[in-house]
Amino acid sequence: MQGRMLLAACSLTVISTFLIFGALLIHPFGVPNAYKMDQYIIDNTQNESGANNGVTAVVFDYRGFDTLGEATILFTAVAGVILIFRVVKKE
Amino acid sequence: MMSKIVKTTANISFPFIVIYGLYIIAHGHLTPGGGFQGGAIIASGLALLLVAYGSDWIMDKIEESKLSILESLGALGFISVAFLGFIFGGVFFTNFIVGMPILFGGIPVSTAADINTGGTLPLMNFAVGLKVIAGLFAIVLVMAYYISKED
Repeated sequence: MQGRMLLAACSLTVISTFLIFGALLIHPFGVPNAYKMDQYIIDNTQNESGANNGVTAVVFDYRGFDTLGEATILFTAVAGVILIFRVVKKE
Repeated sequence: MMSKIVKTTANISFPFIVIYGLYIIAHGHLTPGGGFQGGAIIASGLALLLVAYGSDWIMDKIEESKLSILESLGALGFISVAFLGFIFGGVFFTNFIVGMPILFGGIPVSTAADINTGGTLPLMNFAVGLKVIAGLFAIVLVMAYYISKED
């Protein structure tokens, strides 16, 4: 039990150190490091994807694989919940 | 199973929730929102029915296996639209409908919202919307039915 607590404390320290340094090194809000891709999407969304909503164009078109992964996560969650909680009727 | 007041309120507000969710899904390429958000709205409306009428009543109407089939159909539709992009455009997730003189093929000329634009985006929104409606409602329904049958 003592060893497990020690292990948990060590891993918590390491992970929180990384997270705190990551939060300190983040660039300020509204001042992106690189804006070429943003500007490209703003300029070309209407012609390339035909959508007025740039966010949907990015989510479903430019970055469709991310949405595919999201849908897979939802599918896996539903499959797991139904597998665990389904009531099997005894006839 | 709740009182008559709750049932009446649910009966009145359920169609409006569904219409609003369908609006969010159908205008996903024009206004904020999309398949995930509209599907969550409709699934919460169905959860309202579940609270008002009880899980036994809902289970008589639709079973979770049917919802599972609907969800799989949504996922298959999403992936098949992506594969059609692979066939017609050469790359997975290509927006191949844009610029063609068919439904959803238009290109917006200004910031005016034209529903007949967007290429594959509306199709993907509909597929994801169906998937999220069926998936979230299946989760809520299965959990509620399990709790009601537990004892």
